[in-house]
Amino acid sequence: MFETYVLPGILILVHSLALLVVLLVFTAFILYADRKIWAAVMSRRGPNVVGPFGLLQSFADLLKFVIKEPIIPSGANKGIFLLAPLVSAVLALAAWAVIPVQQGWAVANINVGILFVFAVSALEVYGVIMAGWASNSKYPFLGALRSAAQMVSYEVSIGFVIVTVLLLVGSLNMTDIVLSQQDGLGTRLGLPNTLLDWHWLGLFPMFVIFFISALAETNRPPFDLVEAESELVAGHMIEYSSTPYMLFMLGEYIAILLMCALTVILFMGGWLPPFDFAPFTWLPGVFWFMFKLCLVFFMFAMVKTIVPRYRYDQLMRLGWKVFLPISLFMVVATAAFLKLTGWA
Amino acid sequence: MEAVVASYLPIIIFLLVCIGIGAALLIAPFIVAYQSPDPEKLSAYECGFNAFDDARMKFDVRFYLVAILFIIFDLEVAFLFPWAVSFGELGMFGFWSMMVFLGVLTVGFIYEWRKGALEWD
Repeated sequence: MFETYVLPGILILVHSLALLVVLLVFTAFILYADRKIWAAVMSRRGPNVVGPFGLLQSFADLLKFVIKEPIIPSGANKGIFLLAPLVSAVLALAAWAVIPVQQGWAVANINVGILFVFAVSALEVYGVIMAGWASNSKYPFLGALRSAAQMVSYEVSIGFVIVTVLLLVGSLNMTDIVLSQQDGLGTRLGLPNTLLDWHWLGLFPMFVIFFISALAETNRPPFDLVEAESELVAGHMIEYSSTPYMLFMLGEYIAILLMCALTVILFMGGWLPPFDFAPFTWLPGVFWFMFKLCLVFFMFAMVKTIVPRYRYDQLMRLGWKVFLPISLFMVVATAAFLKLTGWA
Repeated sequence: MEAVVASYLPIIIFLLVCIGIGAALLIAPFIVAYQSPDPEKLSAYECGFNAFDDARMKFDVRFYLVAILFIIFDLEVAFLFPWAVSFGELGMFGFWSMMVFLGVLTVGFIYEWRKGALEWD
């Protein structure tokens, strides 16, 4: 009884808690990094008061959020109003259960890993819709409508991108997707065991589409029309204060990190070192995973600082008239190429 | 079969831990923070005006159209997943079946593009 049920249960619990604590602390520093990068591009200092170089800024923010007065508007549906931030944050966190940071280091190594992530990240739109509707206020309502349409539009092209990767891999398991990148285009070109083997090279157009769609999917600038400060103030989050607001921001940043992690797993070889020989293989896989994650996040942060915001019709045009046809064509092209060359 | 079901147990435990952390954060300010509600503070935000009418107003039908298009294409993606996973074992028949399916959907896509379902102006 104890050995078959209780002990594995406790192990899973400890594993989950460890992953969540590391993830939340990492998110705190990613938030700080985002603000610092943004500030550096604008020649500002950014947060620099709390702790050395302002490193503890995010923790001070957490404390501040907790002691702020939580406000529930009198016209709001109280239950749904409070459930919405919980849904956004929990769903963003839940997808991390299947992300392997090193071989065998996933909390749950299920055989439909990528499908699970796809399903859970599709559910995230509910948090936004619930917040927009339950607030019973105009700006949140408009923001939620826009956000739902936007997230849903880019979900389609992300789906097609994942399908092209699956054509090359032939498995839905995250670990298999990473391991399949030990043998790719680089090997066929005569440069085995290098970063040329990873899918980013063979599927370069899809890599670009996935990156841009990930920006749109997570409502990240330049696609942050949902919270466009100049017109909708803060979109679905206007009526929120205190930790309910913080949970939205937390959910948003964890969803961004999830998209970075997916980019790393699908296109950048997960925990595999860039060159499979001596000095690079000394470092553990989890280091390479985090390194690549930070690299992708740096690109996210730079896009936020440099690119001006899109207009809503441009956004929908890009999603439906550019990305959807290209990614659909690429699915057909990849499949035909694999069949003709017999590589599948 | 049992091993497959058992591999989902960590997800449930992980989800419960997530809900625990989220709920703790959500409840904390209601216990810790100083609260003094008043009617102005609790009214809906509308740039300083009193709310004109019900916030849940009519909205553009195009959002509805986007939702329908999403369902079609997301289902298409859902059909593509098993096909892509077993692509290595599929012969030319499996390949051409999916091409015909995608062809039919592409015709529909061109039709709705021509009809102006994708225009936002």
